[in-house]
Amino acid sequence: MSQSLATTPPAPADAPAYNPRNYLNAEAGIASWLLTRDHKRIAVMYLVVTTLSFALGGFYAMLIRIELLTPGPTIMSAMSYNRMFTLHGVVMIFLFMIPAIPGVFGNFFLPLMLGARDVAFPRLNLLSLYLYAIGAAIAVYGMIHGGADTGWTFYTPYSTTTVTKVVPILLGAFVLGFSSILTGLNFIVTTHTLRAPGMSWMRMPLFVWSIYATSVIQILATPVLGITLLLVAFEHAFGWGIFDPARGGDPILFQHLFWFYSHPAVYIMVLPAMAVMSEVIQASARKNIFGYKAVAFSSLGIAFVGFFTWGHHLFTSGQSTLDAGIFGVLSMFVGIFTAIKVFNWTATLYEGAVKFTTWFAYFCGFLFFLVFGGMTGIALATVSLDIHWQDTYFVVAHFHFIMVGSVIMAWLAALHYWWPKMFGRLYPEGWGLVSAVLIILGFNATFIPQFLLGNYGMPRRYYSYPERFWPLNVASTAGASLLAFGFTIILVYLAISLRWGKVAGPNPWGSRGFEWDTLSPPPTENFLENPVYTRGPHDYTEAPEGAEVTHAT
Amino acid sequence: MQPESYVAHHYPNLRQQEHAARLGMWLFLATEILLFAGLFTGYSVYRFLYAETFAQASEHLSVAAGTINTVVLITSSLSVALAHHLVQHGRGKAAALSLLVTLGFALVFLAIKAWEWTHDFHEGLLPGRFFTNAELTSTGAPMFFTVYFLMTGLHGLHVVIGMTVLAILMVLCWRGAYDHGYTTPVELGGMYWHLVDLIWIFLYPLLYLI
Amino acid sequence: MNELMRKLLFLPEQGSAYATEVDRLHFFVITVTMVSAVAVAVVALAFFVKYKRRSERQTTPHVEPKAIHEVLFIAVPLTFFLLWFAIGFPLFVKLQTPPKDAMDVYVQGKKWMWKFAYPGGPSGVDVLRVPAGRPVRLLITSRDVIHSFYVPDFRLKQDAVPGRYSQTWFTASAPGRHQVLCAEYCGIGHSAMLAEIIAMEPAQYDAWLAETRRSTVATAQDSPEDRVDPRTSLSEQGRLLSGEYGCFKCHTVDGTRHIGPTWLDLYRKAEPLQDGKSVVADEAYLTESMMDPAAKIVAGYQNVMPTYQGRVPGPEIAAIVEFIRSLRTDAVRPEPSKGPVYVPVPGYDPTSAR
Ligand SMILES: [Cu+2]
Ligand SMILES: [Cu+2]
Repeated sequence: MSQSLATTPPAPADAPAYNPRNYLNAEAGIASWLLTRDHKRIAVMYLVVTTLSFALGGFYAMLIRIELLTPGPTIMSAMSYNRMFTLHGVVMIFLFMIPAIPGVFGNFFLPLMLGARDVAFPRLNLLSLYLYAIGAAIAVYGMIHGGADTGWTFYTPYSTTTVTKVVPILLGAFVLGFSSILTGLNFIVTTHTLRAPGMSWMRMPLFVWSIYATSVIQILATPVLGITLLLVAFEHAFGWGIFDPARGGDPILFQHLFWFYSHPAVYIMVLPAMAVMSEVIQASARKNIFGYKAVAFSSLGIAFVGFFTWGHHLFTSGQSTLDAGIFGVLSMFVGIFTAIKVFNWTATLYEGAVKFTTWFAYFCGFLFFLVFGGMTGIALATVSLDIHWQDTYFVVAHFHFIMVGSVIMAWLAALHYWWPKMFGRLYPEGWGLVSAVLIILGFNATFIPQFLLGNYGMPRRYYSYPERFWPLNVASTAGASLLAFGFTIILVYLAISLRWGKVAGPNPWGSRGFEWDTLSPPPTENFLENPVYTRGPHDYTEAPEGAEVTHAT
Repeated sequence: MQPESYVAHHYPNLRQQEHAARLGMWLFLATEILLFAGLFTGYSVYRFLYAETFAQASEHLSVAAGTINTVVLITSSLSVALAHHLVQHGRGKAAALSLLVTLGFALVFLAIKAWEWTHDFHEGLLPGRFFTNAELTSTGAPMFFTVYFLMTGLHGLHVVIGMTVLAILMVLCWRGAYDHGYTTPVELGGMYWHLVDLIWIFLYPLLYLI
Repeated sequence: MNELMRKLLFLPEQGSAYATEVDRLHFFVITVTMVSAVAVAVVALAFFVKYKRRSERQTTPHVEPKAIHEVLFIAVPLTFFLLWFAIGFPLFVKLQTPPKDAMDVYVQGKKWMWKFAYPGGPSGVDVLRVPAGRPVRLLITSRDVIHSFYVPDFRLKQDAVPGRYSQTWFTASAPGRHQVLCAEYCGIGHSAMLAEIIAMEPAQYDAWLAETRRSTVATAQDSPEDRVDPRTSLSEQGRLLSGEYGCFKCHTVDGTRHIGPTWLDLYRKAEPLQDGKSVVADEAYLTESMMDPAAKIVAGYQNVMPTYQGRVPGPEIAAIVEFIRSLRTDAVRPEPSKGPVYVPVPGYDPTSAR
């Protein structure tokens, strides 16, 4: 027993492999789940609802790809197609990518990593989940009663004059925004007030730093989106004219307000992905991160600079040349902060002890998508190149790489890396690797043709297209089916492992992240005794406990 | 009941819990301000586009009503602060009365606001396509009233929410729930009311004076 | 080299000098991206091979970076980013400042067509003729929602925003045809909102313009193949012809009520007439309405349409009727929407637009 242990006994080494008195079975019955204030149970419920949303958004995506299989109409009408891509965007962004990692892994692990027994406001945390459910219900009501055909960007004056059911979708997104704000608020206060003794700011796991930066953006940007969406809904319902050029309103004002939120929203999605990967790379390489401060502060840097780049979405809207230049340069600084992280992660492998696991495979995929998506982002910020790419499939492919690619990689990596901690059982490593390869290949096969389509000049949101775009669209659809297949495999083996998976033990990976110091699955009160921290996270100068007890195969 | 019995299981002591509550409230107030920031941006853009029209349109509002309302709200902030002071010294019943006074001021505010809106309604000074006033004909005039109704409407909604919060606190104070040294809810409710007041202090000159 | 890269990246032809310049920057950026991505991958792979885990109890040293590492991590990418910007931004400035001697064309986006008007005439729909080698400035606006005027061959795009004018310009390097697409989503006809820029020999262009200005309709009847691409379908031709005959001054194709009834879903619709009867808008009625508009006026509209008797040859009537037949929406729409009509902000001078 070394003195650098984070928790007091029982030490994980001589703890039971499967904790018999854990948060999952502490109480029984539906009510005990629906009324729980335990951050871990809330996280599990988030896991269920975000996975359902992901499946719904993925279903829409498949329909879109099938429709684009031929240049003309394939399986649906133009109107249905327009609804499909709107719903795909709304569901994936507001119901999956924004809440997925903070809601599931942030909720579960932020308190565990800080040595806290819960988040600062457990009831508020449950309220966030309910707001999510209410927002989702309103949006689903809108989808059933006709859906919206505006695209997830809701550009005025199209969105204020369309005959489709845009108001419930807008109100749904508004309520979801509040859910996101409350989660962020909770995490910030938790980080400030509930760090255990010895947990100084510079000892906080990088996961916490990134989630903290995410929360700051959530709090500062989301209210602006909220009021903007309300204004559009108002305009659609009552015609007060705030964005209506016929009444002296300015549709470009909407774009400014919308992107003031929606650009930082990219970092609301990507920063948690980076949070996960900072943990995963250290556990994979069994080494402390190269440049802790650089990685920690670059998260805050991204959060800060991200607020001053929204104008890069308006390069072709008649913005002044000077504005375009300023927004272009500022956008590049976000790229710098991302580059810092990429280099530091890669350098972490240096002098490490690297092991190839499913979650390391996802890390590799993530690094690829981040580098490529990030570099295409810089290319887009180079104003004159953007003129050709703006609103084409190049942009679609770019944001799918940087946002969707990195979030999905991180979400899956987190799911695999923390699965033993959350549910006490191991997933089958072989199947994990197979599906990881399938998904990474499928993702590339889906979106690399879309980069080329954008180069070729195919605008986004096209129901039918000139025949020269056909072969690349077929390639993209083929890739998408590969992706769908990969996700199905994961869903099946994870579900099976919940019951029949091998018992994991407290620390199957030999990780020195703080969350591994408690039992698997953790008890309701997180720790058996009050933790005191005497070392930083991921300190591998000493052998990790528990590593020899079980071997992940 | 001792103050310590208010400590939730995951906090080491009451001081840290109160610190967390206060921090949470500050962050929440920041989001409220940013919610209004969207409207303030809209106001600035249209004021810039239609500078003269906005100045003319603002003359159709009653400066007297606006000024009285400002005084009313500032006074109500004072009585909320007093309530917190009283409850800290264990005088729950007096604090409840002070909150009652605050609610009275809030009602006065809403009554004056309602009177103003009725007046605008009769004059046809309404947003967007409902605008029918014959004196103001330039393009930006309906926009001024769009912005005016959006801002005062959202602020009015916040007044109503604040009143609900204060009413609940008043009942709890009267029952003596905060007589034992734990007064954070009253403090937080007061903070919210100060914010409602503060937003009005920005709205008043923007809409009525300049 | 240029051609090879262009084909590899699926870039369309370079229809202007600007396109060539932008592509050069594109190639530079993509090459650096590829090289750096490969470099990161190679380094990662090398580390992975060299530092493979040997035992499950293996420990590793605590490594702290030197300041120089972090400085390099920032400085190297920043240099490249700023270099790209330094090349790209002047190009953008060039695109934002049309030359003084550019000829003007007014462009109006409308659901779902592009209307072009030369100062002094003529005006047309979906076909823009320009002289090759001469700069052309486009003054772009929209009549309803936001559209975006996109010419991939010129690497050119500019949003058409209702209520304001925006501008851009190009010089076609050689005679040829270039497709125009709408890049900003605008409803069910978004992907069909195509137009064409035809760059002509300057001399030919001047002749065409002079001829057209003398008599628009005469030209139309003399050489129909000049105005419509023979490869396009009958309904496409009808659409172009409707623009030339000015039908869209009064009729919309998006369901909006205007001076005349909308053409959307008009075909085979039972229209109530002023005298209380009703008529099914079939081919016969549509043709009759063009030749003798006053015969059966739809209830709620004024008798303001001039007769086209003798002005439109038979095949063109067929094309227009065919076009009306093609305007069908599957939208669940209980009644035609009566959206607002957008007009430019008064007092806004389009020529001084940014
Ligand atoms: Cu952005
Ligand atoms: Cu369009």
